[in-house]
Amino acid sequence: MSAASFSAAETQRLSSAVVDFPSTSSCFDIEALSLAYEGKPALRDLTLRVPRHRVTAFIGPSGCGKSTLLRGLNRLHDLNDQVTRQGCIRLEGQDIHARDVDVAELRRRVGMVFQTPNPFPMSIYENVAYGVRLQGIKRKRELDEIVEWALQSAALWEEVKADLHASAWTLSGGQQQRLVIARTLAVRPDVLLLDEPASALDPISTLKIEELIRGLKSQLTLVLVTHNMQQAARVSDYTAFLHAGELVEYAPTDTLFTNPRLRRTEDYITGRVG
Amino acid sequence: MRMPRLAGDGVWRWLSGACVALSLLAVVALLALVVTRGLAHFWPDDIEQLTLDNGERIAGIARDSEAGERRYFTANRDLDGQVWQWIETQAIETRETPPDLLYAERRDWGPFIGRLTAVDTSAGERLQGDEAERHLRQALAGNAEITTLHLRNVEGRAAEVAFAQVASLSWPNRMDVGDKLAAWGHGVWRFLSEAPSDGNTAGGVWPAIFGTLLMVMLMSLVVTPFGVLAALYLNEVARQGPLTRLVRIAVRNLAGVPSIVYGVFGLGVFVYGLGGRLDSWFFAERLPSPTFGTGGLLWASLTLALLTLPVVIVATEEGLARVPVALREGSLALGATRFETLRRVVVPMALPSMLTGVILAVARAAGEVVPLMLVGVAKLAPEIPVDGEFPYLHLDSKFMHLGYHLFDLGFASRDAEAAMPLVFATATLLVVVIVVLNLTAIILRHHLRARHRALEHS
Repeated sequence: MSAASFSAAETQRLSSAVVDFPSTSSCFDIEALSLAYEGKPALRDLTLRVPRHRVTAFIGPSGCGKSTLLRGLNRLHDLNDQVTRQGCIRLEGQDIHARDVDVAELRRRVGMVFQTPNPFPMSIYENVAYGVRLQGIKRKRELDEIVEWALQSAALWEEVKADLHASAWTLSGGQQQRLVIARTLAVRPDVLLLDEPASALDPISTLKIEELIRGLKSQLTLVLVTHNMQQAARVSDYTAFLHAGELVEYAPTDTLFTNPRLRRTEDYITGRVG
Repeated sequence: MRMPRLAGDGVWRWLSGACVALSLLAVVALLALVVTRGLAHFWPDDIEQLTLDNGERIAGIARDSEAGERRYFTANRDLDGQVWQWIETQAIETRETPPDLLYAERRDWGPFIGRLTAVDTSAGERLQGDEAERHLRQALAGNAEITTLHLRNVEGRAAEVAFAQVASLSWPNRMDVGDKLAAWGHGVWRFLSEAPSDGNTAGGVWPAIFGTLLMVMLMSLVVTPFGVLAALYLNEVARQGPLTRLVRIAVRNLAGVPSIVYGVFGLGVFVYGLGGRLDSWFFAERLPSPTFGTGGLLWASLTLALLTLPVVIVATEEGLARVPVALREGSLALGATRFETLRRVVVPMALPSMLTGVILAVARAAGEVVPLMLVGVAKLAPEIPVDGEFPYLHLDSKFMHLGYHLFDLGFASRDAEAAMPLVFATATLLVVVIVVLNLTAIILRHHLRARHRALEHS
């Protein structure tokens, strides 16, 4: 059973028709996006809409382009000269690659949590206050409030409130990842991108992160990249399956996992191909 | 035949261990030699009085011996025309250490070994015998005034020394260990705090210590910002490509250019080029005598800054490269600009490496002598380049340097033999100065690292 047995046209027809919600409630509109690293295509002609205040999961085998897509959403690829892009990404209707877009402001609005926890070598407090200070907020009381709110939102406050000035590196992996989430929430983003946020964590920490993701969708839009299909099934509302840089199938999570339209999707989620 | 694998393992371990042991031994031996011979110089040895079989009398300090012969430091250059004498041990009839033999260090003609006959007081009185000695002791303590000392050597030949010419005077044979220790401490202190005298073969090295430290500090002030900014540009700003790679290779190769070449460059560009230009613009009234158009503190510091620039650049670049990409991305993802990320995350984390670069630069600069000979070091510049006169720090003045002083003492002075102990003492001091400079920087780095301790563990 090989992916090549489907023509590109067929895939396109199937995937674009599946997810249907009013365009006013879409957060990201991705249109005909292609990305290439050093000329090698990583994403091909990808079109998809990410709904607001929902959890959308990107799944697919390693190298399918799901992380590449995620990093495209906050323009982290800008740092790499080797990346070329075609197509368009709109956030709340505005093209994120437009000339007048302030990349730093875009990245504040579209927060990102990475695969391995990456707290700065500073205290817990300073980690959370980092982004807030960049916004020009300097008053101690205001900072204190935001830090506490963010840590509570990330379900970390109770564990660290006794010693906020301890080094962030003394926390466990799971705590560090929640700290990174708190740090991101502190700058009040509209979107939170999560790049396999639990892949480096133990099952209990993973559970906590998943609870957190479910709880956060009332506040913001979440986009989750994961290679763990159970995780996608547990936390996401919509799931997109990518393969070899192409969007294969995109559907409400329940539908995709219980009744995939394509044989290729079914093979992947049942573990026959991967 | 193949060696059994385990045996190969053992041989490898022993071989590498032996190399470490050998290196350690070399370092320890070097330090031990320099330090012991350097510090021993200030120890007041007993003066021996010898009677030879031909009736001749000699007084001196035994230094070293070879088969059947012993070498004495007899001082009294003005009377004998020489300060060293080889004596055959067989020819010695008696050896004694009379308590009244004194050892005086004079500002000219080197030390004197002999006896005190009389002193002239400032009132014009001439005191003899015990009274003379009592008065001399008071004068040495600063409680009496003396104009002239009347001395004679062991054979009875007389010498007169103006009291102002006496740098120090002691009766080593009367001293117990405590006295000698005190005299040793005093000698070390004088070495550290006084200016050289008697053609650099006597006195201290204070201007050289000061010159070395000042020059190294000025150099660090120049090289640190330049090196760090250059590294930041290469690593953070410049597009990574063949050109940056080429620049990097060039910088690394610059570190291998012989230091004399830097000296020549400094002479040509800084001294003659920049200095000459400065003179014609600002100090035209003093021409043809140059102000900045000759070697001096500023040009020496700049030349050494150039010499150590690659070290700082390479170390800083390594530090910057070690900052994980994840942390940079984490900062950017929070809405920080590249500059904010650099300032708040990258540079603080690379700071210890930058300091390592400065440490290496300082260590190299403090020991570098060759280029200095072309761009401003002086054989004798007893005035230190900092004083109360505007502009307080005289960047155009010549300065003394421990490394050059060492060379001058050992190989360019009137009596290299007599100056040898001073060579070792100066070498010890040079090592100490470099160690102190490095320790300061290391302690500073340690404090910075304490903040990033967790990073070291990860």
